[in-house]
Amino acid sequence: MLVMNIEKFSFTYPGAEAPSLKNITLPIEKNKITSLIGPSGCGKSTLLRSMNRIHDLYPGNTYDGKINLLNETTGEYDNILAIKKENDFIQLRQKVGMIFQKPTPFPMSIFDNVAYGLKIDGIKNKSELSDRVEAALKGSALWNEVSDRLGKSAMGLSGGQQQRLCIARAVAVKPEVLLFDEPTSALDPISTAAIEELIVELRNDISIAIVTHNMQQASRISDYTAFMYLGDLIEFDKTENIFLNPKEQQTEDYITGRFG
Amino acid sequence: MEKLFQKISFSSATLVFIILLGIFITLFDAARPAINEFGLHFIVDPAWNKEVPITTPQADSIKKVSDSSEVVNPDDYSDDDGMIMEDEDDTPTKTIYGGLVPLVGTIFSTLIALAFAMPIAMGIAIFLAEIAPKNISSFVGGAIELLAAIPSIIFGMWGLYYFAPIVADLFGGFQVSLLTAGLVLGVMILPFMAAITRDSMNTTPDILKESAYALGATKFEVIKDVIFPYSKVGIIGSIILSLGRALGETMAVAFLIGSIFELPHKITDPTISIPVALANNFGEASGLGMSSLFYLALILFVMSFAVISFAKFFFLRKAD
Ligand SMILES: Nc1ncnc2c1ncn2[C@@H]1O[C@H](COP(=O)(O)OP(=O)(O)OP(=O)(O)O)[C@@H](O)[C@H]1O
Ligand SMILES: [Mg+2]
Repeated sequence: MLVMNIEKFSFTYPGAEAPSLKNITLPIEKNKITSLIGPSGCGKSTLLRSMNRIHDLYPGNTYDGKINLLNETTGEYDNILAIKKENDFIQLRQKVGMIFQKPTPFPMSIFDNVAYGLKIDGIKNKSELSDRVEAALKGSALWNEVSDRLGKSAMGLSGGQQQRLCIARAVAVKPEVLLFDEPTSALDPISTAAIEELIVELRNDISIAIVTHNMQQASRISDYTAFMYLGDLIEFDKTENIFLNPKEQQTEDYITGRFG
Repeated sequence: MEKLFQKISFSSATLVFIILLGIFITLFDAARPAINEFGLHFIVDPAWNKEVPITTPQADSIKKVSDSSEVVNPDDYSDDDGMIMEDEDDTPTKTIYGGLVPLVGTIFSTLIALAFAMPIAMGIAIFLAEIAPKNISSFVGGAIELLAAIPSIIFGMWGLYYFAPIVADLFGGFQVSLLTAGLVLGVMILPFMAAITRDSMNTTPDILKESAYALGATKFEVIKDVIFPYSKVGIIGSIILSLGRALGETMAVAFLIGSIFELPHKITDPTISIPVALANNFGEASGLGMSSLFYLALILFVMSFAVISFAKFFFLRKAD
């Protein structure tokens, strides 16, 4: 079952002459990990940032095609490119969360960071907040390390801990999809392993799309892989097929490192 | 080469410190007669250039306090309380000086300026940093930076001819007053405050803001919960630096505050501030009067220095 279905999607930045994404068709399977790989500048982040329309914080982008998102209550698909009202954007982003290249703890306590998405959603009840914060921190394998200093500033955590905190913060609002844009590119190997393990855990509840430059990472954790090149989707398949038996020459060149 | 460069930069840093210390010592030295004569009582004494009979020390101090509402001022042009005390012929007199009036004038005009400028400056900064489209933001931002460059005397003239009648119409009282001076001072520091606040808000990384939006935050929530806390230090710094500017401002205030040594009872009363007192009286002063002016200058110096060091403390902490 698909949680998202990208159909003939094109995207142009304001003022750009050519589109950065051209006619992309890509399914995102529910409760699976889909990784996006490809050389720098091929449009991976652009595609990911279209999937929660975070692009729209900056005006003037041109969208074309469809990005359909599964509506869990009705079982139907809504085209998120049709969204215009701020309320609908807020709902979309609560359903489709995002983790960035660098950890982005807010300048507040660890507890308040994780509770933030809940508070702005209108949850005020203290015990509900602390239950859900605890659950999110446990779910992000951070509880044991921070349970005795929830009131301390999140800035005091290590980079890896901060990234897991950001994951906990996103998980706390119970999204249906989480988008990861190179979540481990700023981290050491041990923190990277912890995050990878965590992402695999999350798959049980959340569907995941992840951009990565790390070929091993893609092959280790993802179920499906999409290879992109210069704004085109070259090949999409099960991860093992992409890495062991690619159909396209360009894909093979890229994964074997024969690529410029 | 490296060594030489180090030496030069070290000695210029030391030079700044020596100049600062030199100014302090000069002020202190020139103020010493007044400090010896009036001590810290200077700060709470509203009398300026007032003749009092010489009596025993205790009686003298009691008298000073009880007489404090009557003030003699040679160039007093306001119509009330203008009477000169009759000289009691045979009792010997001395002239006393107290700094309360200009101190009160300085502090209150500055506070009025801050109270007026702060909310407006924050509003402008939020608009420029987060709400306005890029082209409008850079146009208005440029205009505001130009405004910050206008010489203060022009604000003073504009304030006197245009603003003062409006203030008097709206709030009653005198055209030249603590309120008028404070408001024009506020208009003066507003562009500076808005520009620095905008700059510090702009230092918030995009990806931090995007993280909040990605959780479903509204623009207002992002400003309140992410941008303000993140740039808090710079915003406080901008307020304190503006405060420092307002404290020392002379020309704009000289036009508008009324320049009389009299304690204001309402904020619409005229009074005087320390820089204005110095500028107006330095030419004719001599002896203890001159020394008292230096005492006032010393107080202003210490006040501004404290304010700026406080701001620097905040800026330095930001650097970590
Ligand atoms: N804000 C922008 N305005 C205009 N063009 C942009 C903007 N951001 C990215 N681009 C262009 O869009 C194309 C795709 O960029 P994108 O950031 O999606 O690449 P990427 O695959 O994520 O690369 P990387 O692996 O380096 O992160 C690039 O050619 C880039 O120059
Ligand atoms: Mg990218």
